[in-house]
Amino acid sequence: MTSITAAAPAGKRLTVGASLRRNRRWALYTSYFFLILFAIFFLLPPYYMIITAFKTDSEMAKLATNPWLITGGATLDQFRILLRDTDFLIFFKNTVIVTVCVVVITMVVSILAAFALGRMRFWGSSILATGIFLTYLVPDTLLFIPLFQIVKSIGLLNSYWAMVLVYPTLTVPFCTWIMIGYFQSIPKELDEAALIDGASHMQMLLRIFIPVALPGIIAAMIFAFTVSWAAFVYPMAFLYSADQQVLTVGTVTSLIRADVYKWGMLMAGALLAAAPPLVIYAFLMDYYIAGLTSGATKG
Amino acid sequence: MADTVQTWGATATDKAAAKPNTMQLLLRRRSTVAFLMCLPLIAIIVCLVIYPAFYSIYLSLLNKAQTRFIGLANFTYLMSRDTFWMVVYQSTIFALAAVFFKALIGLITAHLVNNLPAKGQRKWRGMLLVPWVIPLALSTLGWWWMFDPTNSAFNYTLRSLGFSGVPWLSDPYWARFSVILVNVWYGAPFFLIMYLAALKSVPEQLYEAAAIDGANAWQKFIHITLPMMRNIIAITVLFSLIVTFANFDIVQIMTAGGPRNMTHMFATYSFLLGIRSGDLPLGAATSLFMFPILAIAAIFILRGVRKRGREIG
Repeated sequence: MTSITAAAPAGKRLTVGASLRRNRRWALYTSYFFLILFAIFFLLPPYYMIITAFKTDSEMAKLATNPWLITGGATLDQFRILLRDTDFLIFFKNTVIVTVCVVVITMVVSILAAFALGRMRFWGSSILATGIFLTYLVPDTLLFIPLFQIVKSIGLLNSYWAMVLVYPTLTVPFCTWIMIGYFQSIPKELDEAALIDGASHMQMLLRIFIPVALPGIIAAMIFAFTVSWAAFVYPMAFLYSADQQVLTVGTVTSLIRADVYKWGMLMAGALLAAAPPLVIYAFLMDYYIAGLTSGATKG
Repeated sequence: MADTVQTWGATATDKAAAKPNTMQLLLRRRSTVAFLMCLPLIAIIVCLVIYPAFYSIYLSLLNKAQTRFIGLANFTYLMSRDTFWMVVYQSTIFALAAVFFKALIGLITAHLVNNLPAKGQRKWRGMLLVPWVIPLALSTLGWWWMFDPTNSAFNYTLRSLGFSGVPWLSDPYWARFSVILVNVWYGAPFFLIMYLAALKSVPEQLYEAAAIDGANAWQKFIHITLPMMRNIIAITVLFSLIVTFANFDIVQIMTAGGPRNMTHMFATYSFLLGIRSGDLPLGAATSLFMFPILAIAAIFILRGVRKRGREIG
């Protein structure tokens, strides 16, 4: 803006500046206007889920009332029914067990591999790095049928431990990929200093790389957590009894009894099931976004 | 690298005495350590990705009971079925339409957020990313509820505005629209985040130079922003094509392929054949049809990522 006003003749400078400022203010207002429209589109489903979860069944049965608002008084009944009369808590427990195991396995495997690939070049390391990236691009829907047969043959069909076995295929490649980038961005002088002090590889990794690359590790951890919390194809294909089921599939399939959809309770379940990723996102948004954007730019 | 190898594991006194021979030994040990560190990763990729991929090919050549080798009969059977060609058609429409609108909305919203004063951007970005954070299966359930035939909140709104209700999931064409809409809703925030990050990396001087030359906002966009973002747009679009093409959650939950099989995608159709009907070989054959398309997209992504890696560092 300053460059344009400077280029304008001295007498007109003031008016040009004022009109530019007005233009910019209008651009800002239009931006806000359209952003609000998009925000309504993006936030409408979660809003409606929340509204539904706090409604009474009798209010939902009345078709004439405005569905976007609570008019018959808010209630916690849906949550009470959900937690008391359904297997929701079992699903929750199973999901927590699976997710914690998967995150731990993912972090150990991918930190070790990323350290080796990012810092200690060896024969075939660049091919391996490319291979990891390609594995990340293999969707789960391409592999669930052969994996069904494999899981069945080792006797893990309908057991949530099968999820601990197969989820790392979804998490490890991406986590390794972004961690290679983070490890490579650490200055070489640091490990040279450690080597002169006589540190072993393991000491170097634990004392220098992990602390320095901690933001990257947190981003990768959040990714592994979100993916294994939200995974749907594998549990849908491999798990069928309620005591082994995880949250996503459990909420979608077994909370629906017969032909009666208890929508209030279903939405209460969906909200509680979506809460952990949302809470983590609310507190660690910057790490979340760093992990998201580094996949395409690092490496 | 050579200098780190020299000092590695050697104390100051015997460093001078180190011969090439021992250096080679150390080098070998170093790469052995590195290989061992990669071993768990290699094990996971080989056992749970590469082996199943080949096993899938083998499986697709068997008969339903997996007792007899029947060559390509599963593939020819699929290709003789109208439903299968509908799946091909629907998957293509779904992926192309959804990715196009996701990229478009992502680009628009990224520009809008970028126009705001810096301190407000974080808040908006955080709010607009919410659809991406909710597990897709659960938000799809919420959408399903909004599309519910008798209680549809959308239809209530349409009726109160004087329009007639829409059969969101019971009419095949509206059902196709609905599943694409949910996918756009879910995926657009991802594009927003990627494009916002890319917009921030465009040097400000370029815009200043264009402003001096008298370029308007549209010209700046066409001649500066788009060329600078070309690579990241290509990567995100191709990546999203893979993920969208292989999508399972939305269709499985909202329509399970219906009405009249018109919303089936490769993933849901192979789930129906392989898991629900118990014909694993036929299901494997169906999902293998995805492979060539995904492989082509993957090759282009890899090229793009490498190029971008060079541009940055």
